[in-house]
Amino acid sequence: MQRHFERELEGLKTNLIKMGSIVEEAVTSAMKALIDRDIILAQRILDGDERINSLEIEIDNSIVDLLALQQPVAVDLRLILAAQKINNDLERIGDHAVNIAESAIAMARLDKQDTFLELPQMAEFVETMLRNAIDGFIHRDATLAKKVFEMEDAIDELNRTTSRKVVQLLNTNEVSIEGGLDLIRVSRNLERVADLATNISEEIIFMARAEIVKHHAAEKKQ
Amino acid sequence: MQSVNPEGRLATLKNDEMEPNNASSPGMTSAEQPIQPGQPVGQPNAVQSPALAMMKIVTKNIEAYFGRTRALRNVSLDIPPNRVVAIIGPSGCGKSTYLRCLNRMHEVAGGTMTGSIQLDGEPVLDLDPVILRRRVGMVFQKANPFPTMSIYENVAAGLRLNGMRNKRRTAEIVEQSLQRAALWDEVKDSLGKSGMSLSGGQQQRLCIARTLAVDPEVILMDEPASALDPISTAKIEELIYSLKDSYTIVIVTHNMQQAARVSDFTAFFYVGELIEYDLTKNIFTTPAKKQTEDYITGRFG
Repeated sequence: MQRHFERELEGLKTNLIKMGSIVEEAVTSAMKALIDRDIILAQRILDGDERINSLEIEIDNSIVDLLALQQPVAVDLRLILAAQKINNDLERIGDHAVNIAESAIAMARLDKQDTFLELPQMAEFVETMLRNAIDGFIHRDATLAKKVFEMEDAIDELNRTTSRKVVQLLNTNEVSIEGGLDLIRVSRNLERVADLATNISEEIIFMARAEIVKHHAAEKKQ
Repeated sequence: MQSVNPEGRLATLKNDEMEPNNASSPGMTSAEQPIQPGQPVGQPNAVQSPALAMMKIVTKNIEAYFGRTRALRNVSLDIPPNRVVAIIGPSGCGKSTYLRCLNRMHEVAGGTMTGSIQLDGEPVLDLDPVILRRRVGMVFQKANPFPTMSIYENVAAGLRLNGMRNKRRTAEIVEQSLQRAALWDEVKDSLGKSGMSLSGGQQQRLCIARTLAVDPEVILMDEPASALDPISTAKIEELIYSLKDSYTIVIVTHNMQQAARVSDFTAFFYVGELIEYDLTKNIFTTPAKKQTEDYITGRFG
């Protein structure tokens, strides 16, 4: 029979997984809204941010309760400490999805965009990173979490490439200034989501193996 | 002295919201769900209200003495039904004295008491002490199974004393009580063995089964796990958590962490006075009184 504390921990994990799923969906939908010029879909993402914020507060409160009332140690303590950081990272990913949705609305009101440059590929990579990070948390799988690091450099390069190409397009008047700025904004937001997915992976490794791999410097050396 | 009770926290509860353990979110018990954030706990000169009327035990202005030595000073504390209330405080603060007042065991120890204690609205002084102690059972620090009786007889003893003669019914109740005390699986094949043959943790659970057999409404526990190893303690704590579905539990413990783990409300006593009484999560995260905070953080006591 599961102890009361174990049930509380399961509740925390369930809420975090729920939060992860919601923000993953928000990022995917925000990019879809951008590509499809779907203002209604973009607005739904803006409206959904309040739910993410409420869930973050609820999870934070449950973490305080668990720490104060249950005196967790070892793997349970690592889980709760990791959960606190992951909770914060997921909420910020939600904010970036909102930013992308706002750009989607702005760009939908401009003349039709001929190209989204590297953004669709960036989105695909970012969604994979986020999915691996969340799955890594669900399964306490440090190996899956490490896969997230492998894509980070590629995202950074795509972000830089996007910025360069936008400048070229602006110089040749192939894109409006507003459109160009939004392209750069979306690229940066996707890059930030990738950074946050990497942070989550670092916390998963800490949780699973009690290893601190901040900025995954140790992994890079390997 | 202010009347301190969880009325402020429970004021918005309706009867059907008193169902325990229907948590809809992690970390929250049903006792917490309807409570308004920021609602103060404990009103001076608390007025009788529907919430107060729902209390299982209402104690007002309790003063307890051993001879001329005052052990409790003007304690007013209300115990809600189907909740676990923990009483914490340093040695000699009056925790056990207060507990023993609730079922008049304080008198057995030669003490005297003034003030009012009501069980479901009835003054306990008006109740036959034997009946009172059946309704308000007690589990002591040191497990005390009847040494000459078997495991079965230990649990059945209270039933027989209360006039139960039906053997089949007695056997049913003994099994149910041992199951509720999470001991049945460990002893079902050795019910005829002496109660003293069990380990310390098992003996304590046997005593809890014995208490449960007479169908109490309230269970008082005076440091029930202080003599037990960590595994047995964890079993007792999990048992307490499961029992509050059906019983009101008041537990005295010098182990603050235990109070934090098992209780819904915590009362902090110091030198015979009730200092603070609130939701356990509030006591251990944002206590209102500095004295409480100093105690739970280990700065004194």
